[in-house]
Amino acid sequence: MSRANVFRFKLYTAAGTDNSAVAFANLLAICKTHLQNRHSIEVIDVMRHPQRALADGIRMTPTLIKLSPMPARTIVGTLTQTDRVLLALGIEAVPV
Amino acid sequence: MTAKRKKPAKSLGKAPTGVLGFDTITGGGVPAGRATLLVGGPGSGKTIFALQFLVQGARGKEPGIFVAFEEAPSRLVANFDRSGWGLADLIPKKLCFMDAQPAPDLMRSGDFDLSGMLAALEAQASQMGARRIVFDALDMVLSMLPDPATQRREVYRLHEWLLKRELTALITSKAGHDETGSPGPRPIGFMEFMVDCAVVLNHRVSQGVSQRNLRVQKYRGSSFDESEAPFVIGSAGFDVAITRSISRSDLKISHERVTTGVKRLDTMLGGGYYRAASVLITGFPGTAKTTLSGAFAEGACRRGERTMFVSFDSDGSELMRNLTSVGIHLARYVQSGVLQMISARTITGSAETLLVRIKSLAKAHSARCVVIDPVSTLSSVGNEMTAHAVAERLIDWCKADGITLVCTSLLDETGSQQASGTPLQVSTLADTWIHLNYLVQAGERNRGLSIIKSRGTPHSNQVRELILSDSGVTLADTYTAGGEVLMGTLRWEKESAIRAASEVAEVETRLKRLVLDAEEAELRVRLKSLQTELVAKQVEKALLARTRASDKGESSKVRLRLRELRGADAIVSSRRK
Repeated sequence: MSRANVFRFKLYTAAGTDNSAVAFANLLAICKTHLQNRHSIEVIDVMRHPQRALADGIRMTPTLIKLSPMPARTIVGTLTQTDRVLLALGIEAVPV
Repeated sequence: MTAKRKKPAKSLGKAPTGVLGFDTITGGGVPAGRATLLVGGPGSGKTIFALQFLVQGARGKEPGIFVAFEEAPSRLVANFDRSGWGLADLIPKKLCFMDAQPAPDLMRSGDFDLSGMLAALEAQASQMGARRIVFDALDMVLSMLPDPATQRREVYRLHEWLLKRELTALITSKAGHDETGSPGPRPIGFMEFMVDCAVVLNHRVSQGVSQRNLRVQKYRGSSFDESEAPFVIGSAGFDVAITRSISRSDLKISHERVTTGVKRLDTMLGGGYYRAASVLITGFPGTAKTTLSGAFAEGACRRGERTMFVSFDSDGSELMRNLTSVGIHLARYVQSGVLQMISARTITGSAETLLVRIKSLAKAHSARCVVIDPVSTLSSVGNEMTAHAVAERLIDWCKADGITLVCTSLLDETGSQQASGTPLQVSTLADTWIHLNYLVQAGERNRGLSIIKSRGTPHSNQVRELILSDSGVTLADTYTAGGEVLMGTLRWEKESAIRAASEVAEVETRLKRLVLDAEEAELRVRLKSLQTELVAKQVEKALLARTRASDKGESSKVRLRLRELRGADAIVSSRRK
């Protein structure tokens, strides 16, 4: 397993909203199924850290940013359509 | 209890937008601490309005945030850094732009909300102490949301946040093709019900001429002007046209008279036009409307008053050359800067645009007298609808600023032969209305001048003949003979005939006097001779009487003597007694 294959995510959420909770759950599920231990997730609550939302240009929550491997990718939403999310993130689906 | 009582008082606060006219329409501006929706089609001026609102606040004590959903902030600043706005000085302390454009490669998957943006705004707002906020093209982000229910939820979220922060917000949104401005099937539709104030911007093209207008659709807790108000986007931003009918009473009226430039016309008007009066000169082409207004301009310049001459017909220098031929010399005043000649032949656009241009030019020149020749240009093709209102506002503005306005109006020779009205219906608004017309008589065309009305001044009701010569403009009496007004050669003929007749009459009188003198002398002589004759007669009579008396005495003596001689008894007896 090469280092390049490690997926680094940043997930901006807004505490107290359903969307954010769903997105976090979906992300965890995707990682668990398709990226066993090949990932790191940083969750930023914009309610608690508004300055970070401002600095990072976050306008909509939840926003998922894939920092590596390149290219970086941004997905907005609850990440419900798993197939599309996987395709966008460049993750090879593991047959269930 | 006290808290409850305080709340409504607070809700009455208004935030001035800095948009000329809009603050008047709404009685102070948009509701402070509330949300206002600004709806309009493409190019209707939403963004300029919103930005002007922020600049106004930023110049005062209300910093603001501009959330740009559609355009990059750098481009916005470049586009809108108009002269006098000084955007560069306000950024970033007083005015800040937030780029909220969705990235082009942004992928959506499932539901999302605007909490992130609100959190970021929260940070920004508390950092700079923002009091105002603009969401430009909110519909852009709303249209990304999957269904109307979600859209509504996010708008409520936004609204809630605004109310909590007590920010004065302006939300702009595109309008559909619904001309009535009623909420249609567009994402923003229900917002119109939610916000406290909604403003609709319209941009129509009527017969090739652009017409913009603005309408306040609703304003909770405040009265407002409900009609569509035309506006123009000028160099200084928005300029909404308003009629100041309510505040009319504050006008400073003047009893001062200003000369018309024609001495006898001053006399006819009892001293001239009133200062700040609006004067209308109507007439067919070539009836010397321009000349008469030129005379007024010259009169004003001679007093040293700054004057502006707007000509829609001809070029400034051309006009001055033409006026020189009738003894009106304007060139020296143009050189000294007192007079400004504006050739507006090339200015195209709506009547509204023309008015704004004229207004700003007059303001820049600080003109006290303005001539517009002819004002009927305002009602050219495509402007029929608005021209009257524009003329009304033109007069209103001049009155408010104490400017004496002289405008000429062309009468359509075929259309309105009767001098009952002008296409603009300025005639009802004007204080003084002078009508010029032709009188074709005996193979001549002569100019006649009459004062149709002049408010507040006594004026002659006679038609005068207007004579243009190289020494100037003069008025001459006309003659009425057999129910016909005589002018030109006929008048001259009549005048010389009368002169000859009076000479004859004079000679005749002299002759008569001589004859009478002679007769008188003769009578005197006769009187004298008669008197002498009378005296002679009297003497003769006296002589006669005396002779008679002596004759009588003589005869009685003679008779007595005779009796005595005859020894008459009667005498004897009487002697005895």
